[in-house]
Amino acid sequence: MTPACLNTHNRHPARRCLPGTIIMLALLMLLDPLPATAEYGDVVLNKRAEKAGMRPVIFPHWFHRIRFRCRVCHTEVGFEMRAGSNDIQMADIIEGRFCGMCHNNKIAWGPQNCHLCHSGLPGLESGVRGGPTTGGPGKW
Amino acid sequence: MLAACIGLMLAACTEPPARIVPAVEEVFAPDGPGRWLPIMADGLHDPTGPGAKQLQNPAEALFYLPSAFTGNKVRWVEAIEEGYIEPRPSILDNNYEMQVLDLDVIRTRTAEMPMVLFPHKKHTEWLECSNCHEWLFKSKRGATRFGMFDVLSGEYCGRCHGAVSFPLVECFYCHSVKRTDLKKPVTELEMHK
Repeated sequence: MTPACLNTHNRHPARRCLPGTIIMLALLMLLDPLPATAEYGDVVLNKRAEKAGMRPVIFPHWFHRIRFRCRVCHTEVGFEMRAGSNDIQMADIIEGRFCGMCHNNKIAWGPQNCHLCHSGLPGLESGVRGGPTTGGPGKW
Repeated sequence: MLAACIGLMLAACTEPPARIVPAVEEVFAPDGPGRWLPIMADGLHDPTGPGAKQLQNPAEALFYLPSAFTGNKVRWVEAIEEGYIEPRPSILDNNYEMQVLDLDVIRTRTAEMPMVLFPHKKHTEWLECSNCHEWLFKSKRGATRFGMFDVLSGEYCGRCHGAVSFPLVECFYCHSVKRTDLKKPVTELEMHK
């Protein structure tokens, strides 16, 4: 059923909507501004980390794309372009797959630097984080 | 409480309307919205952990790149085209060069919005053909049918735009070709430069 204020046949839809709108906006103003989170494109990986007693992993896209083109990771290394679809285990990285193709003490620092990747706050959910102007599409 | 809120609303209404596009100096002022959150206070990293304090802050790098208002607040394509950054194209082959394709595609079925211009050039400076073809987008013109709803739910263009590359609040970055600007109609167009 269409609410009255969305009925386009109403001659003064704006006037009918006004009290409701004001109340909604007032309620919105009562809410605290959302806490600032993340840099745009940061990915949280926490499928296994916290269960294994480590902090969640934060992957910053911005940091990596200054240094490497997208194709390096998304073709040569083989990361799929969908958060959650890359099943990475620490053993893979130590044996030189996924992150371990660079994080091997040759191109970038090696996997013995646990806390540089495992640097997230406890309890974070996996997924891509948006920035201050977007929450990202629904799927993320 | 409600009365106070309404009072606040009215006060806000009587102020002069805000400028739609603020000046760059305002955005990147020390308390402006263009400041990148430091790692230690971004709500994501654990400031009590040993790692966070060693990591590079976004502002240390991104401040020096061409500025935008959304996303990372960086115009990434300009950053590469104007030589601010030179990200490595390969870790396996030191002589690898990006295969840049200069081919614009116009998607015409965009309802009342301006048509979408897809520039291969800007994308192939970062990506390679197989990142999108043929599994996500077919090369044959008009063969890939999708709508804005798909993009907003993270499919097709939305795989990257809205997550990593510029966000979907920037409608007119993509919807950039007015119907009146094109004499040639109406099917899917490709423009070879």
